[in-house]
Amino acid sequence: MTGARATRRQALFGGLCLCCLPTLGRAADAFSLDEVAPGVFVRRGPDAEATAENNDAIANIGFIVGRDGVLVTESGGSLADGHWLRAEIAKRTSKPIKYVLLTHVHPDHVFGAGAFQGDAPTFVGHAALRGALDARGDFYRQRLVEILGAERTGPVVYPTLEVKEPAEIDLGDRTIRLTAHGTAHTNCDLSMLDTGSGLLFPADLLFVGRIPSLDGSLLGWLREIERLKGMGAAAAVPGHGPVRVEFAPAIADLARYLTVLRDETRAAVAAGRPIEAAVRTVAQGEKDRWSLFETYHGRNVTQAYQELEWE
Amino acid sequence: MKRLLLALSLTLSAAALAPAPVRAGATDSDEERAARWTEIKKSIFGDRTVEASETAVKIDAPARALDASLVPIGLTLADKDQVKGLYFIIDDNPSPYAARFSFGPAADPGEIKLRVRVNNYTNVHAVVETKDGRLLESAKFVKASGGCSAPMGMSDEEAMKGMGEMRMKFSGDPQGGKPVEATLMVRHPNFSGMQMNQVTRDYTPARYVDKLDVTYGDKLVFHLEGDISIASNPVINFAFVPEGKGPVTVAATDNQGGRWEHRFDVPSASN
Repeated sequence: MTGARATRRQALFGGLCLCCLPTLGRAADAFSLDEVAPGVFVRRGPDAEATAENNDAIANIGFIVGRDGVLVTESGGSLADGHWLRAEIAKRTSKPIKYVLLTHVHPDHVFGAGAFQGDAPTFVGHAALRGALDARGDFYRQRLVEILGAERTGPVVYPTLEVKEPAEIDLGDRTIRLTAHGTAHTNCDLSMLDTGSGLLFPADLLFVGRIPSLDGSLLGWLREIERLKGMGAAAAVPGHGPVRVEFAPAIADLARYLTVLRDETRAAVAAGRPIEAAVRTVAQGEKDRWSLFETYHGRNVTQAYQELEWE
Repeated sequence: MKRLLLALSLTLSAAALAPAPVRAGATDSDEERAARWTEIKKSIFGDRTVEASETAVKIDAPARALDASLVPIGLTLADKDQVKGLYFIIDDNPSPYAARFSFGPAADPGEIKLRVRVNNYTNVHAVVETKDGRLLESAKFVKASGGCSAPMGMSDEEAMKGMGEMRMKFSGDPQGGKPVEATLMVRHPNFSGMQMNQVTRDYTPARYVDKLDVTYGDKLVFHLEGDISIASNPVINFAFVPEGKGPVTVAATDNQGGRWEHRFDVPSASN
């Protein structure tokens, strides 16, 4: 029965969560924050599905302490996860929480925001995030409530600062450069570069170790990867994976996966191989290079096929 | 049984589709599923007998859908010369009756493929109607969830772009009256009526391809009646016998009065 419930949840998120996986539930209080650069703290999210035990705390979340205040880089996957982060921040600084980034619409990245509403920060999101939350917010929330209950899930929080053109946030001693990307991982990906540490925060435009999930545009993602490369960062904090990685090899791995996915899907379309056959054959050479491959790769192929069959 | 089927027909209204609570799913017993199917059968076929036959039609479907809003279905029909029609039903979808094919003289109904939405853990049923009036059914269980209500991931406006555009790909040798396989692609959002509009925050009204005719020359290949369970941008694989002169013509309508017609020339034989 337990197994059946887990798989049902997985299916409930099914098309949309994309960052969920069975088992491996870790208690939220087992997490810890790493100081990946002076004043920059990140909690690694495990490669797991949202479960009642882990509070959907599965993304890399954290904060940057500037002279004038705190910027939350990712809010968490639930109200409970956000409360955990809020408490960790309070242990380390008494500076005000001035900004909370909502990096894209996926639930493991936005449902922590409710924990910061009392701080009245500026909630920063891509200009397309509001529309995406309108379309999916309630859907995600209902499914998260089924797993965590309403109290731990929290509300859908909307951005109060919508980013379209490149923008900057001044924290006094460091500037955060924001980029609103074209449709890639999703249609509302926001990345940032911290000039204080030189660290790039691509959010889910960079998966490391964990299989990427495609929920926007394959060709668009490959374009935005080139844009990220142009930012000149040596190190990055990915949305999923280790808390700090060398940027060049990490983005090369992702680009390789997406390129193979593109090329082999195109070949399948050209050969008249139907979608149900393509999901079994395309990019199988990537199988041993990613965790959760079996769970998400077939869906990525489905997404890619739909995008490329009309080329 | 959790609830009587009210929204069963192929011409249901959007109002009947207002988001219903989950009424069936992973926890239903086999008896509940069987009772549901009995009820559906009665509403579609009346008092006609529907015989179980795993061989008359074989359903190819993933045991667990990778993407609930695009579940590829393959239907292989054994005695294709005797086939008159084909029904596809997704028992636990809000509107279970997904598609009905009626084959014409130019059809080669050995295999049909389509892509559907699956909203719940459910049995899917295929029923073949033979020329002598028998109904033969087979079933498969599919695990999926949320396929009908899942947001499209783009604005309605974007989803409607190019609506009515079509493409057709052919394979096989079009000579000597041998069957030609074809893939028909139709640009159409096939809104289920359960997806929320991003701007108005109302449910986007159901708008789906309800009728589609494929002909070769003046002979019918098939007539399809579709519903909201067909995935957006419908793709249908079929085969036809290219006897006489083409081209292949596709005429489609949707439930909101949209009407599109396209012609495709069958490539000439390569040898």
